[in-house]
Amino acid sequence: MSAKLVQGNEAVVYGAFNAGLKFFAGYPITPSTEIAEMCSRDLPKVGGAFIQMEDEISSIAACIGASLAGFRSMSATSGPGFSLMQENIGYAIMAEVPIVIVDVQRMGPSTGIATAPSQSDYMQVRWGTHGDHPMVSFAPFSVEECFTEAIRAFYWSEKISSVVVLLLDEVVAHMREGIDIDNVENILEVPDRGPFSEEKEGFRPYKVDRDKGAKLPPLGTGYRFNVTGLVHDEMGFPVEDPEKTGDLIRRLHNKIDAVEDEMASYDERYTEDADVIVISYGSVARSSLRAVRELRKNNVKVGFFRPITVWPFPSKRVRELSKKVKNIVVAEMSMGQMVHEVERSVGDSCQITLLQGIKGELITPDAIHNTVSEVISK
Amino acid sequence: MTKELRFAGTGGQGLILAAIIYAEAALYDGHRVLQSQSYGPESRGGASKADCIVSDTEIDYPKVYLADFLLAMSQKAFDKYKADVKKGSVVLFDSTYVEIPEKDENIIYFSAPISKTVRDKIGKELASNIAALGTISVIYPLVGEEILLKAILHRVPKATTELNKSAFNVGKKLGKEILESQGSIEFVF
Repeated sequence: MSAKLVQGNEAVVYGAFNAGLKFFAGYPITPSTEIAEMCSRDLPKVGGAFIQMEDEISSIAACIGASLAGFRSMSATSGPGFSLMQENIGYAIMAEVPIVIVDVQRMGPSTGIATAPSQSDYMQVRWGTHGDHPMVSFAPFSVEECFTEAIRAFYWSEKISSVVVLLLDEVVAHMREGIDIDNVENILEVPDRGPFSEEKEGFRPYKVDRDKGAKLPPLGTGYRFNVTGLVHDEMGFPVEDPEKTGDLIRRLHNKIDAVEDEMASYDERYTEDADVIVISYGSVARSSLRAVRELRKNNVKVGFFRPITVWPFPSKRVRELSKKVKNIVVAEMSMGQMVHEVERSVGDSCQITLLQGIKGELITPDAIHNTVSEVISK
Repeated sequence: MTKELRFAGTGGQGLILAAIIYAEAALYDGHRVLQSQSYGPESRGGASKADCIVSDTEIDYPKVYLADFLLAMSQKAFDKYKADVKKGSVVLFDSTYVEIPEKDENIIYFSAPISKTVRDKIGKELASNIAALGTISVIYPLVGEEILLKAILHRVPKATTELNKSAFNVGKKLGKEILESQGSIEFVF
Protein backbone atom coordinates (compact mmCIF):
# COMPACT_ATOMS: atom_id res chain seq x y z
CA MET A 1 0.00 0.00 0.00
CA SER A 2 1.15 3.51 -0.70
CA ALA A 3 -0.07 6.81 0.66
CA LYS A 4 -3.64 7.80 -0.03
CA LEU A 5 -5.56 10.99 0.53
CA VAL A 6 -7.49 10.74 3.79
CA GLN A 7 -9.60 13.20 5.75
CA GLY A 8 -8.96 13.79 9.46
CA ASN A 9 -12.31 12.32 10.48
CA GLU A 10 -11.70 9.27 8.27
CA ALA A 11 -8.26 8.80 9.83
CA VAL A 12 -9.88 8.69 13.26
CA VAL A 13 -12.01 5.77 12.06
CA TYR A 14 -9.02 3.99 10.50
CA GLY A 15 -7.23 4.41 13.82
CA ALA A 16 -10.21 3.13 15.78
CA PHE A 17 -10.44 0.09 13.50
CA ASN A 18 -6.73 -0.53 13.99
CA ALA A 19 -7.34 -0.39 17.75
CA GLY A 20 -10.10 -2.99 17.46
CA LEU A 21 -13.24 -0.85 17.49
CA LYS A 22 -16.28 -3.11 17.56
CA PHE A 23 -19.09 -0.76 18.54
CA PHE A 24 -20.12 2.74 17.59
CA ALA A 25 -23.26 4.48 18.77
CA GLY A 26 -23.79 8.09 17.87
CA TYR A 27 -25.92 10.87 16.55
CA PRO A 28 -24.50 12.68 13.52
CA ILE A 29 -23.43 16.28 14.02
CA THR A 30 -21.27 18.62 11.98
CA PRO A 31 -18.25 18.67 11.97
CA SER A 32 -17.95 15.07 13.18
CA THR A 33 -20.51 13.44 10.87
CA GLU A 34 -18.00 11.68 8.59
CA ILE A 35 -16.93 9.54 11.55
CA ALA A 36 -20.45 8.17 12.07
CA GLU A 37 -20.96 7.89 8.32
CA MET A 38 -17.81 5.82 7.82
CA CYS A 39 -18.53 3.64 10.86
CA SER A 40 -22.05 2.94 9.58
CA ARG A 41 -20.61 1.80 6.27
CA ASP A 42 -17.46 -0.01 7.31
CA LEU A 43 -17.80 -1.16 10.92
CA PRO A 44 -20.13 -4.08 10.06
CA LYS A 45 -17.49 -5.26 7.55
CA VAL A 46 -15.02 -5.85 10.38
CA GLY A 47 -17.57 -7.63 12.54
CA GLY A 48 -18.64 -4.58 14.50
CA ALA A 49 -21.98 -2.90 15.09
CA PHE A 50 -23.13 0.63 14.36
CA ILE A 51 -26.26 2.15 15.84
CA GLN A 52 -27.59 5.59 15.11
CA MET A 53 -29.23 6.55 18.37
CA GLU A 54 -31.98 9.05 19.09
CA ASP A 55 -29.58 11.46 20.78
CA GLU A 56 -26.14 11.77 22.34
CA ILE A 57 -27.32 10.76 25.82
CA SER A 58 -28.37 7.35 24.62
CA SER A 59 -25.31 7.18 22.33
CA ILE A 60 -22.82 7.29 25.17
CA ALA A 61 -25.07 5.04 27.27
CA ALA A 62 -25.01 2.42 24.51
CA CYS A 63 -21.22 2.74 24.29
CA ILE A 64 -20.89 2.17 28.03
CA GLY A 65 -23.09 -0.92 27.76
CA ALA A 66 -21.16 -2.31 24.81
CA SER A 67 -17.84 -1.69 26.53
CA LEU A 68 -19.06 -3.51 29.64
CA ALA A 69 -19.88 -6.43 27.35
CA GLY A 70 -16.22 -6.38 26.26
CA PHE A 71 -16.41 -4.50 22.96
CA ARG A 72 -14.18 -1.53 22.19
CA SER A 73 -16.61 1.35 21.90
CA MET A 74 -16.55 4.87 20.55
CA SER A 75 -18.88 7.74 19.89
CA ALA A 76 -18.20 10.96 18.00
CA THR A 77 -19.86 14.32 18.42
CA SER A 78 -19.36 18.07 18.60
CA GLY A 79 -19.96 20.65 21.35
CA PRO A 80 -23.77 20.49 21.53
CA GLY A 81 -23.78 16.69 21.64
CA PHE A 82 -20.78 16.61 23.95
CA SER A 83 -22.79 18.70 26.43
CA LEU A 84 -25.53 16.07 26.43
CA MET A 85 -22.97 13.35 27.11
CA GLN A 86 -21.55 14.91 30.27
CA GLU A 87 -23.70 13.04 32.79
CA ASN A 88 -22.79 9.65 31.38
CA ILE A 89 -19.14 10.61 30.98
CA GLY A 90 -19.17 10.93 34.76
CA TYR A 91 -20.89 7.56 35.01
CA ALA A 92 -18.22 5.90 32.86
CA ILE A 93 -15.47 7.51 34.95
CA MET A 94 -17.10 6.39 38.21
CA ALA A 95 -17.92 2.87 37.01
CA GLU A 96 -14.48 2.76 35.28
CA VAL A 97 -15.74 1.76 31.86
CA PRO A 98 -13.26 2.28 29.01
CA ILE A 99 -14.74 4.32 26.14
CA VAL A 100 -13.42 6.78 23.59
CA ILE A 101 -15.37 9.93 22.81
CA VAL A 102 -14.37 12.05 19.81
CA ASP A 103 -15.25 15.72 20.22
CA VAL A 104 -14.78 17.69 17.02
CA GLN A 105 -14.91 21.25 18.30
CA ARG A 106 -17.04 23.83 16.55
CA MET A 107 -18.06 27.38 17.37
CA GLY A 108 -20.24 27.74 20.47
CA PRO A 109 -21.87 28.43 22.86
CA SER A 110 -24.98 26.38 22.17
CA THR A 111 -25.35 25.44 18.51
CA GLY A 112 -23.05 28.37 17.61
CA ILE A 113 -21.87 27.99 14.04
CA ALA A 114 -22.03 24.38 12.90
CA THR A 115 -19.26 24.65 10.32
CA ALA A 116 -16.85 27.01 12.09
CA PRO A 117 -13.79 25.77 13.97
CA SER A 118 -13.24 26.46 17.65
CA GLN A 119 -11.27 25.25 20.65
CA SER A 120 -13.74 26.39 23.25
CA ASP A 121 -14.57 22.90 24.56
CA TYR A 122 -11.13 22.61 26.17
CA MET A 123 -12.35 23.19 29.70
CA GLN A 124 -15.58 21.30 29.11
CA VAL A 125 -13.50 18.24 28.31
CA ARG A 126 -11.82 18.61 31.68
CA TRP A 127 -14.68 19.76 33.88
CA GLY A 128 -17.86 19.17 31.91
CA THR A 129 -19.10 16.44 34.16
CA HIS A 130 -19.63 17.06 37.85
CA GLY A 131 -17.72 15.73 40.80
CA ASP A 132 -14.01 15.23 41.44
CA HIS A 133 -12.64 13.32 38.52
CA PRO A 134 -9.53 13.11 36.39
CA MET A 135 -9.64 13.41 32.61
CA VAL A 136 -7.47 12.27 29.73
CA SER A 137 -7.59 13.89 26.32
CA PHE A 138 -5.42 13.86 23.20
CA ALA A 139 -5.48 16.48 20.43
CA PRO A 140 -4.03 15.67 16.99
CA PHE A 141 -2.97 18.39 14.53
CA SER A 142 -2.58 16.35 11.34
CA VAL A 143 -4.34 13.54 9.53
CA GLU A 144 -1.65 11.06 10.49
CA GLU A 145 -2.02 12.07 14.12
CA CYS A 146 -5.80 11.61 13.90
CA PHE A 147 -4.93 8.00 13.12
CA THR A 148 -2.22 7.49 15.74
CA GLU A 149 -3.93 9.46 18.49
CA ALA A 150 -7.17 7.50 18.00
CA ILE A 151 -5.17 4.35 18.64
CA ARG A 152 -3.49 5.95 21.64
CA ALA A 153 -6.92 6.96 22.97
CA PHE A 154 -8.07 3.34 22.94
CA TYR A 155 -4.77 2.17 24.39
CA TRP A 156 -5.03 4.46 27.39
CA SER A 157 -8.76 4.03 27.90
CA GLU A 158 -8.10 0.30 28.37
CA LYS A 159 -4.98 0.87 30.49
CA ILE A 160 -6.73 3.21 32.92
CA SER A 161 -10.19 1.71 32.45
CA SER A 162 -11.82 5.08 31.87
CA VAL A 163 -12.92 7.69 29.37
CA VAL A 164 -10.49 9.22 26.89
CA VAL A 165 -11.59 12.19 24.79
CA LEU A 166 -10.03 12.55 21.36
CA LEU A 167 -10.18 16.30 20.82
CA LEU A 168 -10.29 17.58 17.25
CA ASP A 169 -11.44 20.83 15.70
CA GLU A 170 -13.25 21.47 12.44
CA VAL A 171 -10.05 22.27 10.55
CA VAL A 172 -8.21 19.11 11.57
CA ALA A 173 -11.33 17.00 11.06
CA HIS A 174 -11.99 18.17 7.51
CA MET A 175 -8.52 18.57 6.05
CA ARG A 176 -7.11 15.86 3.81
CA GLU A 177 -3.50 14.74 3.76
CA GLY A 178 -1.59 11.79 2.40
CA ILE A 179 -1.15 8.89 4.77
CA ASP A 180 0.06 5.33 4.28
CA ILE A 181 -2.22 3.68 6.81
CA ASP A 182 -0.58 0.27 6.57
CA ASN A 183 2.92 1.57 7.17
CA VAL A 184 2.59 4.03 10.02
CA GLU A 185 5.38 3.32 12.48
CA ASN A 186 5.29 2.74 16.23
CA ILE A 187 1.64 1.76 16.40
CA LEU A 188 0.53 0.91 19.92
CA GLU A 189 -1.02 -2.46 20.55
CA VAL A 190 -4.21 -1.96 22.52
CA PRO A 191 -4.24 -4.43 25.43
CA ASP A 192 -7.03 -6.94 25.89
CA ARG A 193 -8.91 -6.86 29.19
CA GLY A 194 -7.84 -9.26 31.86
CA PRO A 195 -6.54 -11.77 32.61
CA PHE A 196 -9.14 -12.42 35.27
CA SER A 197 -8.91 -14.92 38.10
CA GLU A 198 -10.26 -18.33 37.25
CA GLU A 199 -12.32 -18.27 40.42
CA LYS A 200 -15.45 -16.49 39.26
CA GLU A 201 -17.39 -16.73 42.49
CA GLY A 202 -16.82 -13.64 44.61
CA PHE A 203 -14.65 -11.90 41.99
CA ARG A 204 -14.15 -8.25 42.89
CA PRO A 205 -13.59 -6.07 39.83
CA TYR A 206 -12.89 -2.96 41.91
CA LYS A 207 -10.37 -4.68 44.16
CA VAL A 208 -7.19 -3.33 42.62
CA ASP A 209 -4.02 -1.54 43.73
CA ARG A 210 -4.38 2.07 44.90
CA ASP A 211 -3.13 3.44 41.60
CA LYS A 212 -4.72 1.00 39.17
CA GLY A 213 -7.95 0.99 37.20
CA ALA A 214 -10.75 -1.52 37.75
CA LYS A 215 -10.59 -4.91 36.05
CA LEU A 216 -13.98 -5.48 34.51
CA PRO A 217 -14.60 -8.93 33.01
CA PRO A 218 -16.96 -8.74 30.02
CA LEU A 219 -20.57 -9.22 31.03
CA GLY A 220 -21.85 -12.66 30.25
CA THR A 221 -18.62 -14.48 31.03
CA GLY A 222 -19.81 -15.77 34.38
CA TYR A 223 -18.48 -13.09 36.70
CA ARG A 224 -21.10 -11.34 38.81
CA PHE A 225 -20.66 -7.76 39.94
CA ASN A 226 -22.62 -4.55 40.19
CA VAL A 227 -22.08 -1.47 38.02
CA THR A 228 -23.19 1.87 39.38
CA GLY A 229 -22.51 5.57 39.38
CA LEU A 230 -22.85 5.57 43.15
CA VAL A 231 -19.81 5.36 45.37
CA HIS A 232 -19.26 1.63 45.58
CA ASP A 233 -17.28 -1.14 47.22
CA GLU A 234 -14.99 -3.68 45.56
CA MET A 235 -17.99 -5.64 44.23
CA GLY A 236 -19.54 -2.47 42.83
CA PHE A 237 -22.31 -2.22 45.43
CA PRO A 238 -23.19 1.20 46.83
CA VAL A 239 -21.55 2.25 50.09
CA GLU A 240 -21.37 5.44 52.10
CA ASP A 241 -18.46 4.43 54.27
CA PRO A 242 -16.17 7.51 54.57
CA GLU A 243 -12.93 5.50 54.30
CA LYS A 244 -14.09 3.53 51.26
CA THR A 245 -15.41 6.72 49.69
CA GLY A 246 -12.10 8.50 50.14
CA ASP A 247 -10.15 5.51 48.85
CA LEU A 248 -12.25 5.28 45.70
CA ILE A 249 -12.07 8.97 44.82
CA ARG A 250 -8.34 8.99 45.48
CA ARG A 251 -7.75 5.86 43.41
CA LEU A 252 -9.65 7.33 40.45
CA HIS A 253 -7.09 10.14 40.47
CA ASN A 254 -4.07 8.07 41.45
CA LYS A 255 -4.47 5.76 38.48
CA ILE A 256 -4.03 8.74 36.14
CA ASP A 257 -1.24 10.38 38.19
CA ALA A 258 0.69 7.11 38.10
CA VAL A 259 0.88 7.13 34.30
CA GLU A 260 0.90 10.89 33.68
CA ASP A 261 4.54 10.98 32.59
CA GLU A 262 4.14 7.97 30.34
CA MET A 263 0.99 9.46 28.84
CA ALA A 264 2.49 12.93 28.32
CA SER A 265 3.06 13.80 24.69
CA TYR A 266 4.07 17.05 23.09
CA ASP A 267 5.75 18.49 20.03
CA GLU A 268 8.55 20.91 20.83
CA ARG A 269 10.70 22.72 18.29
CA TYR A 270 13.11 25.66 18.15
CA THR A 271 13.01 26.05 21.95
CA GLU A 272 16.74 25.59 22.58
CA ASP A 273 17.70 29.27 22.31
CA ALA A 274 14.20 30.80 22.38
CA ASP A 275 13.37 34.08 24.11
CA VAL A 276 9.68 33.59 23.49
CA ILE A 277 7.68 30.39 22.98
CA VAL A 278 4.33 30.02 21.22
CA ILE A 279 2.05 27.43 22.84
CA SER A 280 -0.95 26.13 20.93
CA TYR A 281 -2.61 22.84 20.04
CA GLY A 282 -4.68 21.32 17.22
CA SER A 283 -5.07 23.28 14.00
CA VAL A 284 -3.87 26.54 15.58
CA ALA A 285 -0.49 24.90 16.15
CA ARG A 286 -0.10 24.63 12.39
CA SER A 287 -0.54 28.39 12.10
CA SER A 288 1.95 28.80 14.94
CA LEU A 289 4.47 26.58 13.20
CA ARG A 290 4.26 28.74 10.08
CA ALA A 291 4.62 31.93 12.13
CA VAL A 292 7.58 30.53 14.07
CA ARG A 293 9.34 29.46 10.87
CA GLU A 294 8.80 32.88 9.30
CA LEU A 295 10.05 34.66 12.42
CA ARG A 296 13.09 32.39 12.56
CA LYS A 297 13.96 33.49 9.01
CA ASN A 298 14.23 37.00 10.47
CA ASN A 299 16.44 35.68 13.28
CA VAL A 300 13.76 36.10 15.92
CA LYS A 301 14.48 33.59 18.68
CA VAL A 302 11.03 32.09 18.96
CA GLY A 303 10.12 28.54 19.94
CA PHE A 304 7.17 26.24 19.32
CA PHE A 305 5.42 24.05 21.87
CA ARG A 306 2.35 21.92 21.18
CA PRO A 307 0.67 19.72 23.78
CA ILE A 308 -0.65 16.54 22.15
CA THR A 309 -1.78 15.10 25.46
CA VAL A 310 -3.86 18.14 26.41
CA TRP A 311 -5.25 16.56 29.60
CA PRO A 312 -3.45 16.10 31.86
CA PHE A 313 -1.75 19.28 30.68
CA PRO A 314 2.04 18.84 30.32
CA SER A 315 2.72 21.24 33.19
CA LYS A 316 6.17 19.97 34.06
CA ARG A 317 7.64 20.68 30.66
CA VAL A 318 5.92 24.04 30.34
CA ARG A 319 7.28 25.03 33.76
CA GLU A 320 10.82 24.06 32.71
CA LEU A 321 10.52 26.01 29.48
CA SER A 322 9.09 29.07 31.22
CA LYS A 323 12.26 29.39 33.30
CA LYS A 324 14.35 29.81 30.15
CA VAL A 325 12.24 32.40 28.33
CA LYS A 326 10.95 35.92 28.92
CA ASN A 327 7.60 35.42 27.24
CA ILE A 328 5.07 32.79 26.33
CA VAL A 329 2.37 33.45 23.76
CA VAL A 330 -0.69 31.22 23.98
CA ALA A 331 -2.83 31.10 20.82
CA GLU A 332 -6.17 29.34 20.96
CA MET A 333 -9.57 29.56 19.27
CA SER A 334 -11.44 30.69 22.40
CA MET A 335 -11.55 33.56 24.87
CA GLY A 336 -8.71 31.74 26.63
CA GLN A 337 -8.99 28.31 28.24
CA MET A 338 -5.72 26.44 27.86
CA VAL A 339 -4.01 29.67 28.86
CA HIS A 340 -5.22 29.02 32.42
CA GLU A 341 -3.29 25.76 32.49
CA VAL A 342 -0.23 27.57 31.13
CA GLU A 343 -0.57 30.23 33.85
CA ARG A 344 -0.97 27.57 36.51
CA SER A 345 2.17 25.82 35.24
CA VAL A 346 4.30 28.92 34.82
CA GLY A 347 3.54 30.94 37.94
CA ASP A 348 5.74 34.05 37.91
CA SER A 349 8.51 32.58 35.76
CA CYS A 350 7.69 34.61 32.66
CA GLN A 351 5.13 36.87 30.99
CA ILE A 352 2.14 35.23 29.30
CA THR A 353 0.25 36.81 26.42
CA LEU A 354 -2.99 35.38 25.10
CA LEU A 355 -4.03 35.53 21.45
CA GLN A 356 -7.77 34.84 21.27
CA GLY A 357 -9.56 33.39 18.26
CA ILE A 358 -13.29 33.95 18.65
CA LYS A 359 -14.46 34.70 15.11
CA GLY A 360 -15.04 31.13 14.00
CA GLU A 361 -11.95 31.17 11.83
CA LEU A 362 -8.59 29.52 12.17
CA ILE A 363 -6.11 31.95 13.74
CA THR A 364 -3.76 33.06 10.96
CA PRO A 365 0.03 32.86 11.00
CA ASP A 366 0.03 36.66 10.57
CA ALA A 367 -1.90 37.18 13.81
CA ILE A 368 0.58 35.00 15.70
CA HIS A 369 3.53 36.64 13.95
CA ASN A 370 2.26 40.09 14.99
CA THR A 371 1.59 39.07 18.58
CA VAL A 372 5.09 37.63 18.94
CA SER A 373 6.59 40.78 17.39
CA GLU A 374 4.63 43.01 19.77
CA VAL A 375 5.62 40.96 22.79
CA ILE A 376 9.30 41.11 21.85
CA SER A 377 9.28 44.85 21.19
CA LYS A 378 7.84 45.64 24.61
CA MET B 1 9.08 23.53 -3.37
CA THR B 2 5.69 24.56 -2.06
CA LYS B 3 2.83 25.57 -4.33
CA GLU B 4 -0.56 26.74 -3.18
CA LEU B 5 -3.49 26.14 -5.52
CA ARG B 6 -7.03 27.40 -5.09
CA PHE B 7 -10.06 26.14 -6.99
CA ALA B 8 -12.89 28.66 -6.68
CA GLY B 9 -16.36 28.92 -8.10
CA THR B 10 -19.97 28.38 -7.17
CA GLY B 11 -21.30 25.55 -5.04
CA GLY B 12 -22.21 22.68 -7.35
CA GLN B 13 -19.45 23.19 -9.89
CA GLY B 14 -17.47 20.32 -8.41
CA LEU B 15 -14.48 22.32 -7.27
CA ILE B 16 -14.00 20.44 -4.03
CA LEU B 17 -13.84 17.25 -6.06
CA ALA B 18 -11.38 18.92 -8.45
CA ALA B 19 -9.16 19.87 -5.52
CA ILE B 20 -9.37 16.38 -4.03
CA ILE B 21 -8.43 14.85 -7.39
CA TYR B 22 -5.57 17.31 -7.82
CA ALA B 23 -4.26 16.58 -4.33
CA GLU B 24 -4.50 12.86 -4.95
CA ALA B 25 -2.62 13.19 -8.24
CA ALA B 26 0.12 15.23 -6.55
CA LEU B 27 0.30 12.57 -3.85
CA TYR B 28 0.72 9.80 -6.49
CA ASP B 29 3.47 12.00 -7.93
CA GLY B 30 5.38 11.74 -4.67
CA HIS B 31 4.60 15.14 -3.19
CA ARG B 32 3.20 15.99 0.22
CA VAL B 33 -0.26 17.46 -0.03
CA LEU B 34 -2.90 19.11 2.06
CA GLN B 35 -6.42 19.68 0.81
CA SER B 36 -9.12 21.71 2.52
CA GLN B 37 -12.29 23.53 1.55
CA SER B 38 -14.61 26.24 2.66
CA TYR B 39 -17.30 24.39 4.46
CA GLY B 40 -20.72 25.81 5.06
CA PRO B 41 -23.57 27.71 3.49
CA GLU B 42 -21.17 29.57 1.23
CA SER B 43 -20.35 26.31 -0.52
CA ARG B 44 -23.99 26.05 -1.57
CA GLY B 45 -24.56 28.93 -3.93
CA GLY B 46 -22.13 31.69 -3.02
CA ALA B 47 -18.43 31.85 -3.75
CA SER B 48 -16.88 28.57 -2.71
CA LYS B 49 -13.29 27.49 -2.64
CA ALA B 50 -11.21 24.41 -2.27
CA ASP B 51 -7.51 24.63 -1.51
CA CYS B 52 -4.69 22.30 -2.34
CA ILE B 53 -1.15 22.74 -1.08
CA VAL B 54 1.59 20.72 -2.78
CA SER B 55 5.02 20.61 -1.18
CA ASP B 56 8.18 18.62 -0.76
CA THR B 57 8.57 19.58 2.88
CA GLU B 58 6.29 19.49 5.94
CA ILE B 59 3.15 21.56 5.33
CA ASP B 60 2.29 23.75 8.30
CA TYR B 61 -0.54 26.27 7.79
CA PRO B 62 -3.39 24.24 6.27
CA LYS B 63 -5.00 27.02 4.23
CA VAL B 64 -3.83 28.77 1.09
CA TYR B 65 -2.04 31.90 2.30
CA LEU B 66 -1.35 33.46 -1.09
CA ALA B 67 -2.08 31.30 -4.10
CA ASP B 68 0.47 30.41 -6.75
CA PHE B 69 -2.38 29.25 -8.91
CA LEU B 70 -6.05 30.23 -8.89
CA LEU B 71 -8.84 28.68 -10.90
CA ALA B 72 -11.89 30.95 -10.99
CA MET B 73 -15.07 29.43 -12.37
CA SER B 74 -17.47 32.23 -11.37
CA GLN B 75 -17.41 36.03 -11.22
CA LYS B 76 -18.17 36.08 -7.49
CA ALA B 77 -15.33 33.68 -6.78
CA PHE B 78 -12.92 35.65 -8.96
CA ASP B 79 -13.84 38.90 -7.25
CA LYS B 80 -13.52 37.37 -3.80
CA TYR B 81 -10.21 35.58 -4.23
CA LYS B 82 -8.30 37.51 -6.91
CA ALA B 83 -6.39 39.55 -4.35
CA ASP B 84 -5.15 36.50 -2.43
CA VAL B 85 -2.51 35.52 -4.95
CA LYS B 86 1.25 35.87 -5.10
CA LYS B 87 3.17 38.08 -7.49
CA GLY B 88 3.77 36.11 -10.66
CA SER B 89 0.91 33.73 -9.94
CA VAL B 90 -1.19 32.11 -12.62
CA VAL B 91 -4.93 32.75 -12.70
CA LEU B 92 -7.06 30.66 -15.01
CA PHE B 93 -10.60 31.86 -15.36
CA ASP B 94 -13.60 30.41 -17.10
CA SER B 95 -14.61 33.16 -19.51
CA THR B 96 -18.09 31.60 -19.70
CA TYR B 97 -18.77 33.23 -16.36
CA VAL B 98 -15.91 35.59 -15.61
CA GLU B 99 -15.40 38.90 -17.37
CA ILE B 100 -11.92 39.36 -18.74
CA PRO B 101 -10.10 41.49 -16.16
CA GLU B 102 -7.77 44.36 -16.86
CA LYS B 103 -4.15 43.49 -17.33
CA ASP B 104 -2.07 43.15 -14.18
CA GLU B 105 1.66 42.94 -14.73
CA ASN B 106 2.09 40.91 -11.54
CA ILE B 107 -0.33 38.17 -12.58
CA ILE B 108 -0.47 35.83 -15.53
CA TYR B 109 -4.09 35.64 -16.62
CA PHE B 110 -5.21 32.72 -18.74
CA SER B 111 -8.72 32.70 -20.11
CA ALA B 112 -10.78 29.90 -21.63
CA PRO B 113 -14.52 29.31 -22.10
CA ILE B 114 -14.33 26.06 -20.15
CA SER B 115 -18.00 25.57 -19.21
CA LYS B 116 -19.32 26.69 -22.59
CA THR B 117 -16.96 24.39 -24.48
CA VAL B 118 -17.89 21.41 -22.31
CA ARG B 119 -21.57 22.22 -22.78
CA ASP B 120 -21.15 22.46 -26.58
CA LYS B 121 -18.94 19.41 -27.02
CA ILE B 122 -20.30 17.03 -24.42
CA GLY B 123 -23.78 18.31 -23.83
CA LYS B 124 -23.44 18.61 -20.07
CA GLU B 125 -21.73 21.33 -18.13
CA LEU B 126 -21.36 18.85 -15.27
CA ALA B 127 -17.85 17.81 -16.23
CA SER B 128 -16.45 21.36 -16.42
CA ASN B 129 -14.41 20.73 -13.28
CA ILE B 130 -12.68 17.80 -14.99
CA ALA B 131 -12.14 19.87 -18.13
CA ALA B 132 -10.56 22.56 -15.97
CA LEU B 133 -8.13 19.95 -14.62
CA GLY B 134 -7.25 19.13 -18.24
CA THR B 135 -6.54 22.78 -18.96
CA ILE B 136 -4.48 23.11 -15.79
CA SER B 137 -2.40 20.06 -16.75
CA VAL B 138 -1.27 21.97 -19.84
CA ILE B 139 -0.92 25.56 -18.63
CA TYR B 140 0.37 24.86 -15.11
CA PRO B 141 2.05 21.45 -15.34
CA LEU B 142 2.95 20.98 -11.69
CA VAL B 143 1.33 17.56 -11.92
CA GLY B 144 1.52 15.70 -15.26
CA GLU B 145 -1.56 14.95 -17.32
CA GLU B 146 -1.24 11.16 -17.16
CA ILE B 147 -1.12 11.07 -13.39
CA LEU B 148 -3.96 13.59 -13.20
CA LEU B 149 -6.13 11.47 -15.49
CA LYS B 150 -5.35 8.41 -13.37
CA ALA B 151 -6.50 10.31 -10.26
CA ILE B 152 -9.68 11.45 -12.04
CA LEU B 153 -10.63 7.94 -13.08
CA HIS B 154 -9.94 6.71 -9.56
CA ARG B 155 -12.46 9.16 -8.09
CA VAL B 156 -15.33 9.39 -10.60
CA PRO B 157 -18.05 6.74 -10.96
CA LYS B 158 -17.08 3.94 -13.38
CA ALA B 159 -20.08 4.64 -15.62
CA THR B 160 -18.79 8.15 -16.28
CA THR B 161 -15.24 7.17 -17.27
CA GLU B 162 -15.68 8.00 -20.97
CA LEU B 163 -17.52 11.25 -20.24
CA ASN B 164 -14.76 12.39 -17.93
CA LYS B 165 -12.00 11.33 -20.31
CA SER B 166 -13.68 13.41 -23.02
CA ALA B 167 -14.02 16.38 -20.69
CA PHE B 168 -10.37 16.10 -19.71
CA ASN B 169 -9.37 16.10 -23.39
CA VAL B 170 -11.60 19.08 -24.12
CA GLY B 171 -9.82 20.91 -21.30
CA LYS B 172 -6.38 19.92 -22.54
CA LYS B 173 -7.22 21.23 -25.99
CA LEU B 174 -8.31 24.54 -24.48
CA GLY B 175 -5.01 24.66 -22.62
CA LYS B 176 -3.04 24.15 -25.81
CA GLU B 177 -5.04 26.87 -27.55
CA ILE B 178 -4.30 29.24 -24.68
CA LEU B 179 -0.59 28.61 -24.95
CA GLU B 180 -0.67 29.06 -28.74
CA SER B 181 -2.48 32.39 -28.52
CA GLN B 182 -1.02 33.78 -25.31
CA GLY B 183 2.42 32.23 -25.41
CA SER B 184 3.84 29.60 -23.11
CA ILE B 185 5.79 30.17 -19.92
CA GLU B 186 8.63 28.11 -18.55
CA PHE B 187 7.68 26.90 -15.09
CA VAL B 188 10.27 25.55 -12.73
CA PHE B 189 8.56 23.60 -9.97
